[in-house]
Amino acid sequence: MLKNYLRLFLTFARIGGFTFGGGYAMLPLLQREVVEKYGWTTEEELMDYYAVGQCTPGVIAVNVATFIGQKLYGVPGGIVATLGVVAPSVVLITLIAALISNFFENEYVTHALGGIRAVVCALIAQAVIKMTKAGVKDWVGAVVFVVTLAILLVFSISPIIVVACAIALGLIIEAAKGYAVRKGARK
Amino acid sequence: MLTTLLHLIWEFFKTGLFAIGGGLATVPFIYDIAERYDWLDVAVIPDMIAVGESTPGPIGVNIATYAGYNAAGVPGAMIATLALITPSIIVIMIVAKFLQKFAQNRFVNGAFYTLRPAVAALIASAAWQVFTASIINLETFTAAPAFSSFLGMFDLPKLILAVAVFLAGTFWKKIHPIVYIVLGAVVGIIFKM
Repeated sequence: MLKNYLRLFLTFARIGGFTFGGGYAMLPLLQREVVEKYGWTTEEELMDYYAVGQCTPGVIAVNVATFIGQKLYGVPGGIVATLGVVAPSVVLITLIAALISNFFENEYVTHALGGIRAVVCALIAQAVIKMTKAGVKDWVGAVVFVVTLAILLVFSISPIIVVACAIALGLIIEAAKGYAVRKGARK
Repeated sequence: MLTTLLHLIWEFFKTGLFAIGGGLATVPFIYDIAERYDWLDVAVIPDMIAVGESTPGPIGVNIATYAGYNAAGVPGAMIATLALITPSIIVIMIVAKFLQKFAQNRFVNGAFYTLRPAVAALIASAAWQVFTASIINLETFTAAPAFSSFLGMFDLPKLILAVAVFLAGTFWKKIHPIVYIVLGAVVGIIFKM
C-alpha cells in the first residue's frame, strides 16, 4: 500500500516538475502517465476532471490531481497526488526566491525557456487532437465543439460560462429525449 | 512572525476558495493582499507572475509559494501553498463523491455528453493562445498586412522546432513528453531562442 502511495506521489511530482505554463500544459504529461502508462483513468474521465476543475475553486492542475488520486485510493490518495504535483514547485520557487535574484536575466534561462515554449505548443496540439477524438463522438458533439471554439477565438469569455452553457444544453437534450420517449409510449 | 503565518493561512485559503478558473485567477487576490499587508510589496508582483509562468508547476501554486517565501521565508512558502490547495482538496472530494453516487443518473450523463466537446474546445483555444503567445506575433501582421509581414510574424526557429516535435510525436508515440521538453531547452540554448 505504501508503495502505491509512493508511486502516486512520484508520478504527480514528475508531472508537476515538467509542466511549463499551467494547467493545460499538464495535459500531455497526464495523458502519457495517467492514461497510457498506468491506466488510472480513461481519456473521457480526464476530460470530465478538467471540466469540473475549470469551474470549481482553485488551481486546475491541483483539482485534477485530487480527482485522480481520490479515484484510486480515496481521500488519502487525493491528498498524496496533490502534494506530489505541488512539491517540485515549492522546492524550485523557494530556491529561486532565496538564491537567484536575477534568474530571468540569465540568457541561458531565457533561451531554454524559449525552446521549451515551442515544444509545449506542439505537445498541447497533440493533446488537443487526442481529447477531441475522445470527446467528440457524434454530430451533436461536433457542433458543440465547433461553435464553442469559434466563440472562444472571437470573444474572451470566461470558461465558467462555457461550462455552464454546455451543461444546460446537455440537460435540455436529455429532458427532450425523456419527453419524446414518454410521448411515444402514450401513443 | 506567527501573526504573519496566520495571515498567510487565512489569505491563501480564501484565495484557493474563491479564485475560480485556474492559476492566473489568483492574481487579483494577490494584489488585494499586497494592498492590505506590509509583508507583500505590490512592486514585486509582476516578477512573481513572471517566475510563476516560466518555472515548472501550476502557476497559482508558484505564485503562492513565491509570495509566502517573500513574507516569511521557507515556512511561509510551505504554509501559503498548503493553505492555497486545501479548499481545492475539500471541494473536489465532495464533488467526486457526488459524481460517483450519481454516475448512473441520466441527467448527469446528459450534462457530460455536451460538456466533453465544450471542454475539448476550451483546451483547443488555450492551445491557440499558447501558440500565438510564443510563436507568432499577430500585431506585426495587423499593423502592415502584406505577404512579407505575414512571414515576418512567425518566430521561424521556434515554429520549425514546434512542427518537428509535432511530427516526431505523431510518428514515434513511445517517446515521453519529458524527453521533448528537455530537448527543447537544449535546442533553445544552442540556437538562442
